[in-house]
Amino acid sequence: MNQRLLSSLRLPAIWALLLLAPYWMTPLGGYTALGTRVLVLALGAMSVNFLLGFTGVLSFGHAAYFGLGAYGAGFALKFLAPSTPLSILCGMLLGGVAGAVLGSLIVRRRGVYFAMVTIAFGQVFYYIAFQWSSVTGGDDGLRGFSRQPLDFGLFTIDILSNANAFYYFVLACFALAVGVMGFVLGSPFGRTMIAIRENERRARFLGIPIELHIWIAFTLSCFFMAYAGSLYAMVNNFADPRGLHYSQSGDFVMMAVMGGMRRFWGPLLGAAVFVVLQDYLSSITVNWMSFVGFLFVFVVLFFPRGLLGVLRQRREA
Amino acid sequence: MTQLLLFNVTNGLIIGAFYVLMALGLSLILNLSNVINFAHGGFLVLGGYIAYTITPYVGFWGALLLAPPLTAVIGILVERTLIRPLYGRDPLYSLLLTFGLAFILEDGTRFLWGAQGKPVTVPAVLSQPLSYDYFFITGYRLFMVAMVVVSVALLFVLLRYTRLGIRIRAGTLDLEMVAAMGINVRVLRSLNFGVGIFLAGLSGVLAAGQLGLEPTMGTGLLMPSFIAIIVGGVGSLLGTLLGGLLIGVASGLTAVFFPSASEAIMYVLMAIVLLIRPRGLLGEEGMMT
Repeated sequence: MNQRLLSSLRLPAIWALLLLAPYWMTPLGGYTALGTRVLVLALGAMSVNFLLGFTGVLSFGHAAYFGLGAYGAGFALKFLAPSTPLSILCGMLLGGVAGAVLGSLIVRRRGVYFAMVTIAFGQVFYYIAFQWSSVTGGDDGLRGFSRQPLDFGLFTIDILSNANAFYYFVLACFALAVGVMGFVLGSPFGRTMIAIRENERRARFLGIPIELHIWIAFTLSCFFMAYAGSLYAMVNNFADPRGLHYSQSGDFVMMAVMGGMRRFWGPLLGAAVFVVLQDYLSSITVNWMSFVGFLFVFVVLFFPRGLLGVLRQRREA
Repeated sequence: MTQLLLFNVTNGLIIGAFYVLMALGLSLILNLSNVINFAHGGFLVLGGYIAYTITPYVGFWGALLLAPPLTAVIGILVERTLIRPLYGRDPLYSLLLTFGLAFILEDGTRFLWGAQGKPVTVPAVLSQPLSYDYFFITGYRLFMVAMVVVSVALLFVLLRYTRLGIRIRAGTLDLEMVAAMGINVRVLRSLNFGVGIFLAGLSGVLAAGQLGLEPTMGTGLLMPSFIAIIVGGVGSLLGTLLGGLLIGVASGLTAVFFPSASEAIMYVLMAIVLLIRPRGLLGEEGMMT
């Protein structure tokens, strides 16, 4: 098949697969809720990749903003008003604003030091969630809320008990975020991000304010991340302190790398493989942690360009 | 009150000494090879368990002597097989690899020695309190601090006066130049990694005597070491030393007044340092970027 036809078919194919997921997943032994989880975690991995793959900046503490989104959404549902869209908005704001503030402290670092500082700052929220148990529920996580049916005035959609309806709700949210992400990456700002990734010094010579661009990219990525996190709280109907921990950040980076960072859709593929594998492994063995560890080692040593990177290499060869 | 304060400051210093030992190893590896060794906590735990396993045969003192070098040998093997291929690549990959390695080490110790914590007994000479007024100053605590002081002193002597140490320091500044002088950089990196893991193993043995052993104990000690490095200034081992003691004492003092914030204070300290002096207390200008 020729090259151009293949690439023009790619986007419709991805969306068709996602739209029909509840119908083809069940016969293959999956379940709809698994698909929902894949979508939400993929959105998180894509947010990490927005920074890592397209600005070339490695944040290893992004789970903090994911978790903040989840807690923000949980608080809004529990104490503010029983409305799903409002809670998602609150979660997104909490994580995004925290990212904007911390980002201003972080953006001057580069490379491994950037990673180190992001990890360390990310852990702050983990400790807060863990220690301040009167508010956050501590180790047990924030409980006592659940997603609410969507009320459109004329009709309501029951996303609480109908797994398929919830899947499509999450897919719509996913599509919205991915659309915005694609738009930003295609804009002059997105091109500038890629220019910084490719050659920071040259970009600086061109008069581009590097720190400002990285800060904006970091903040945007935190907003996307917190949005994914608040959706995750809707998926689980609770917010987990482990969602804030740096090991969760590691999982996100892994999803991005495994699928192929630098490729827009890579993290989606990576998240799908990762989540399905983890789901399967934890059901058959108690030592699944080792398997995940070996997966990390294996991917880094043999597939550093990710699954999509390998596919592309194959095609070019 | 004075006693309580003194108790917590002493405690903070001891914990800080721990952080220092661990952070110095991390810092060595980071400075020369640009690798954030996430598995450092895993190696610490491994060192502790190795000591636990060989104690029945060689006694406490033998274990103290043998476990760190054994851990270092395992570390060097790991470096040669897994980490070496990644040196030329984006630091992201070594980070992910050691991250996975940390999982494997934690799960591996759990598999080999069980998830239940193991109590570790220290010789009676060391375990009794030295004073009845200040019950908390046990021989073992003093011994730990002494061990940390001696090993840090030895490390600085090694770095300043031996050929290996001088090469390591030169490599930190300009590895390419060191290679151009005909020094085998691969061996240098391996040995340097070994020294770092040796320190991790030693902290593991010492920690085991104080806290007992648990497969998950490494993760809890890893983050403070990161903070010690950032606070002290990346690239400066003296800074790491200072940073470790500082956050130890700060968290010890906070424990008196506001116990649940004793972890959080380290992060607050880090944020303040980054805000006022972005390169860290003793960091060189330009090393952080």
